[in-house]
Order: sequence, then C-alpha cells, then structure tokens
Amino acid sequence: MTNKLNLLWLQSGGCGGCTMSLLNAESPDALGCLDMAGIHLLWHPSLSLETGQSVTNILHAISAGEIKLDILCLEGSVVRGPNNTGKFHMLAGTGEPMMHWVEGLSAQAEYVVAVGTCAAYGGITAAGGNPSDACGMQYDGEKKGGLLGVDFRSRANIPVVNIAGCPTHPNWVTDTLAEIAMGDFTEVNMDYLGRPRSYADQLVHHGCTRNEFYEFKASAEKPSDLGCMMEHMGCVGTQAHADCNTRLWNGEGSCIRGGYACINCTAPGFEEPGHTFTQTPKIAGIPIGLPTDMPKAWFVALASLSKAATPERLKKNAVADHVEIAPSIHLKSKK
Amino acid sequence: MSRRIIGPFNRVEGDLEVQLDIEDGQVNDAWVVSPMYRGFEQMLHGKKPTDAMSYVPRICGICSVAQSVAAAYAIADAQGIQVPKNGELATNLILANENLSDHLTHFYMFFMPDFTREVYQHEPWYAGVKMRFTAVKGTAAKDMLPARAQFMHMMGMLAGKWPHTLSIQPGGTSRAITAIEKVRLLGIIYQFRSFLENTLFGDKLESIANLSSAKDLQAWAMQDAHRKSDLGLFLEIADSLNLADMGNATDHFMSFGVYPVAGKNLFKAGVWKDDIVSPLQPETIKEDVSHSWMKNGDKPKHPHEGVTIPDPDMKDGYTWCKAPRLGGDVVEVGALARQIVNGHPLIQSLIGQSGGNVRNRVVARLLELALVVIEMETWVKAIRPTEPFYHLTSMPDEAEGAGMMEAARGSLGHWLRVKNGRILNYQIIAPTTWNFAPRDAHGQLGALEQALLGAPIREGEETPVSVQHIVRSFDPCMVCTVH
Repeated sequence: MTNKLNLLWLQSGGCGGCTMSLLNAESPDALGCLDMAGIHLLWHPSLSLETGQSVTNILHAISAGEIKLDILCLEGSVVRGPNNTGKFHMLAGTGEPMMHWVEGLSAQAEYVVAVGTCAAYGGITAAGGNPSDACGMQYDGEKKGGLLGVDFRSRANIPVVNIAGCPTHPNWVTDTLAEIAMGDFTEVNMDYLGRPRSYADQLVHHGCTRNEFYEFKASAEKPSDLGCMMEHMGCVGTQAHADCNTRLWNGEGSCIRGGYACINCTAPGFEEPGHTFTQTPKIAGIPIGLPTDMPKAWFVALASLSKAATPERLKKNAVADHVEIAPSIHLKSKK
Repeated sequence: MSRRIIGPFNRVEGDLEVQLDIEDGQVNDAWVVSPMYRGFEQMLHGKKPTDAMSYVPRICGICSVAQSVAAAYAIADAQGIQVPKNGELATNLILANENLSDHLTHFYMFFMPDFTREVYQHEPWYAGVKMRFTAVKGTAAKDMLPARAQFMHMMGMLAGKWPHTLSIQPGGTSRAITAIEKVRLLGIIYQFRSFLENTLFGDKLESIANLSSAKDLQAWAMQDAHRKSDLGLFLEIADSLNLADMGNATDHFMSFGVYPVAGKNLFKAGVWKDDIVSPLQPETIKEDVSHSWMKNGDKPKHPHEGVTIPDPDMKDGYTWCKAPRLGGDVVEVGALARQIVNGHPLIQSLIGQSGGNVRNRVVARLLELALVVIEMETWVKAIRPTEPFYHLTSMPDEAEGAGMMEAARGSLGHWLRVKNGRILNYQIIAPTTWNFAPRDAHGQLGALEQALLGAPIREGEETPVSVQHIVRSFDPCMVCTVH
C-alpha cells in the first residue's frame, strides 16, 4: 500500500462521460487498469464508498498535507461564473466554489491531469455564449492560462496533462495514468497543447475504413452513405489528432465507422466550429479545412485528378448505405 | 431539530447535496439541492437545429443516447417526418444498450456498495455482501465490468462509440446494418444474456420476465439457485432491512413511453394513480421556478414557453433544478413508473402491496433487464438489411417540435422552437428533474423530498444510511437534472 500512488478524481462542469467511458476499458477492466498501475483511489465520485463528511475529511486532509496527493484528475470544466464567483458550481456539502477546491488541491498534487476536453480547454460547457464562464485547468480554449495560469507547474514540475477528447477513450486515460505511475511520463510526452503524444501524435484519418473513397474523392451526401465524409459531411478526421481509427472504441467503433463525421473533439474550441458540425464549409466548391501538412494547390490538383479517375464502383457505393458494386475479381487465367 | 447538510453525495451521476431536518430519530423535512449549472438551453439559442445533435448528448455522459433520441424526435416532429423501420429498430437497439447498461451500473456500482457499510456488520448476509459489493475491490464489479463493456460493443458497431454518438439522426440512423452484422449483434446479446442468467439472476430471463406477483417473487427467492444470485442476495437484504417500507414518495407515476416499433411503443405512455392508468396529457406539464435559482418565476410555464435565466441570488431559491409538475401534481418517473404504467403484473402486485419504495424501484430496474434483452433479440431479427435506415430530411424555417421518450431513469422531454432556421427556444426536462425537483409555489415537496420524510436515523450517524438507500434507489442523474 505504501508505494501505491494516491489518486483523487473530481468532477465539475461536465457530463461525467469520461468516467463512463473509462468503465468501457477492457482487458484489464477500468479497476484492473488502476490496480495494475499501482494506483490507489483516494476518492472517485462514481466509484468510492465515501459520501458526505467522510469525503470532505479526505479533501481537508489533502489540503493540510496529511495525505499525499500524487495525481489529481479533474473531469469537466472549471466553472467560474457568474461574475467570477464560481457559484454555478459549489462543491456539495462545503459551501465553497469547486474552482477554489480545485485550485487549492492542484497546489498539493505531484501531477495534475485534465480528463476530457472540458477540463483541458473548456470544451462543450464553454459553447454558445459560455453561460457558466467555463474554462480549462490551464487553458481557456486555445489560449494558455485557464484556472491555474500560464506558469503553473505541479509538484513534479510539469504543466497540466490534457487528456483531451469528448469523451476520452478509456485507454487514453489508463495508459497515461500508468505511464505517470511508472515515472515514465515527462513533458516530452506532451504535445503543443499539453496532450499525451501517445495518442495525439496521430490523426483520426489514420486507419479510416473510408480511405479508398477518400483517395478518389467519392463522397457521402447524407447520413448512412458509405463514402468519404470530408467533402460534404463536415468530417475533419484528416486534421484531428487522435488514434480513433487504429485503437477503436467499444470494441470496434469510431465516429467515422458509426457513419458520422469526426468533429475534432480533442481540440480546443471544437465546440464552436463556426459552421454546422455536419456540413463542410466551402469556398468555390472547395472545402476550407484541408488535410494537415498538405499544400493547398497540390490537394486541389490531386483531388480533381482523382475525381476524374473515380471507378464506377466507388461512385455508386459512396452514396449507398450498403455495397452495391463489389470489387471485381482478378483471375490469373485470362479468358 | 437540527439541519444537516450532506454532500458531496456520490455514487450518483453528477453533483448532489441533500439537506435534512432531523427530529426524534427521523427525517422531518428535506431539501434536495442540485449545485451545478452549465446552461445548455442558453447555449443552443441561435444555433442551427441540427447542431443540437452534437450538443445535447454531451449534457450527460450516462444518458447520452437518451438525450440524442429525444432531440432527434423533437427535430423529426418539427420536420413532420417518419423514420424508416430499420432506423427505428437500430435506434431502439442503441437506446436499449445504454438504458440496460445504466441499470447494471446503478445496481452494481452505485447502489449495492452501501450494504457493505459497517452499520450492517451484524447482519447474517454481511460477509457475503462485503466480499461481493465492496466499492472498487468487490468481486461483483470484476464480473460486471467486462460483461457491460462487451455488451457495449453494440455501441461500437451501431453508434461508433459511447457516450456521445451522432449516429442517431432525425431521419433515422447513420449506420446501416448488414446481414452478417445481425449475426454478430445476436452474439453480443447472447453473451450479455449469459451474464444476466448466470450471475445476476441465476435463472432464465424468461422466468424473470414471467414473475407475476409479489408472492411469486418471494417463492422464487427461496430457491437455492436463485438465492445465491445477485438478485437473490438483494431480495434477502431487502427483506431483512425492510427496504419496502423505505422511501415512499407520491405513488403517482408517469411514463412518456419508449421503444416504438411501427408506431407502437413497447412500454406505453401514461399516468398511473390509485390503480388507474390514464392517458398522458403533455400540455399539462408546467415548470415552476419559485424555489429555483431562476428568474421569471411569476407563473409556471409549459416548456414550449419555458425560459431559463439563472440567478444564484433568488431569495427563495435553493437549487438550480426547476420543479416540473403534471397538472400541478408531483409525479415519480423511472423503471418502476414505466412498468406500472405498462401494467407488468409483478410490478402491479408489488405496488399494490407496498407502493413505490427502495425495494420496488430496484426490482423494476432488474426486471427491465430481462424484459428488454428478450426484445432486443426480436428487433435484431426484424432488421431488413436491404431497406433504408435513413430518410433525407429538411428543416423548415419556422417550426415547433417535441421529443418525449423514456431514458433509463424515466421520462425525458425536449421542446424545440425554430425561427428563421435557428433555434429560438430549446427546453429540456430530464427524468431526475421530475424526481429531484424542489418545492413549488404551493409548497408541494418534490418526489425525493417526500420520499425522505420519516427516514430513520441511527444513533450517531453522520450520513444516514437510510437516506443513502432512498436517494440512490432513484438512480439520479444530476448532470441531466439541471443541464
């Protein structure tokens, strides 16, 4: 027990979906993952027995330095409103705004982990006019700062780790926590936006099952169509940082495999794309957001070339909900 | 008399505080506080209606699909369209997958661990329950988590991921199912059925579904194979702690109806009171904000006219939750309400015997696991892979729509008004908004507030265990409650 790492998990301006997603972990299951990593749960809102005063006792003991806090996870945005009072989320039973608790406990933590895009950058809770004045732990959208400030570093001398995603994949969380527990996680493991590079150095496009449609710009026109969703359906998988199509969700899924667009939920500001989520914005018929690292002129040239060369099979199948034309069979013997 | 504040009240979804007046060893008065506000209804104002499909699932990580379905229904209603039969079946499967997983999570992770508390150490069942249901470390979670995760492979296939899918659309579903995928779906259900039959029930699902009276259930629980199951264990505890005498609320139940197939709901809509089921009258739903931290509380409003203007300084306010009422009455929603409205004989008998209470709420949830899994098998078989799953739809510039359905925790409604192609007003009433509402202008307590009255307090108890059983028996979802 003594060399186990103490983890405290708190929830604020969010939906609890990152915890629910965590429970989808398999082989080992969520609790097994924590056990394997040598992590002891001080308290988790959905999993722990303690309720009421026994919880606030734990929080006070951590604040007083009586219990060591190795990892603080926050799920959900920091809620600052109204007028910076934090009254939109008072931690039940304490009469104190949650943002004050989070700030105080962060100062005690070896590692501070923002679980989900809300906790990392503000996320969906900051959508529209941001009614609750939500922000992330160390970011407010793309802007560094947030609750803890630009210069914040936890006791292990590392900024907030942003496991962004809406929700997070269970293993983005379990892998990162295990790496931290093994002492292998440093700033080098984080990308420019503070996300673990283990999943954020990849694109959702990688492993996309609609790749053949993408190559030939054979595009879906409505939900349930099989074609590429970049041209019309708002898919930004070619720009979104995550490994959703190689790691897969709930056994075999991803947004794209579920028949809908990647909306780049691991990125700050994804909640306000500036256009309808499921419609690709275009100028003169050309999608505005082009694949990452691709020169625009080349993309346009290649796209028009590949469009001209699209096989009939892909043209038909792209706008059908099942394969209408199967790939032709090549026989070695010529007829 | 002493006011006691209990929070953070965990093993519920989201944040909850309960305030109690305690007198003569029991709860004399209660106030239920939802302490967090995010403002989805405000966020949605001015957005394109279809964008609601990206926002509303994110109201809640545990009722995410239910929120999507309610929004899809509301938009489809505004568009005046019908979804193709395949889309209806696929939506039912995705929704059932979430609802049943939630029932399971509630029983194993949220509700049962309370019986491992030391106050029960002298009960004959204590050792077994402690080994099985201790939070984080018990053997039950080790059995349940993999079964739940494998069952949710259905989400991977049909919804891309869970939570927060976009596969559910006003015109149907975005993920067509092939003939061979029907086989794989049946495999997922088969595996889950095995877990339920071997571990939760110790019996065939059909036998559970066919239990027809309280007496039946009692006789069932006496049999050896059943007694050792997790349901058997719960029934033993319920008996020894008299959980049927605990947590009675209004005995006035409501269901919006759910799982339509060709226009007919598997569980019908209606209102149950005094043994009579009457038709639901949605126009009599009004939200009172007299005790909420909300402005514009002059008179209760139907959600079509509803407004949401938060103000933490409202004099009589004590929660962010509004107080929805049906024809002015407090109603209870959830699996128990759904099954009494639908007339399941076991639930009719249990309610006839002891009304709505901790035991009966839990039994109704577990009963639904049996009832709905059986139905899921028929839905899969009814899918016609060569027919469409989605119909292309278009949004009129001016329209109104309502989406009413049942989430795991009860009746969920979305009300939408569109003007100039944009959302003019979007109002949501979630299941726990009904159950965990505050008082209204007439001083009527909300359903949980009523259920807590008279709860026994043991000597020296800081956080009364009876209160915990009662609160958790509703399986509250606080993030939905306020949204």
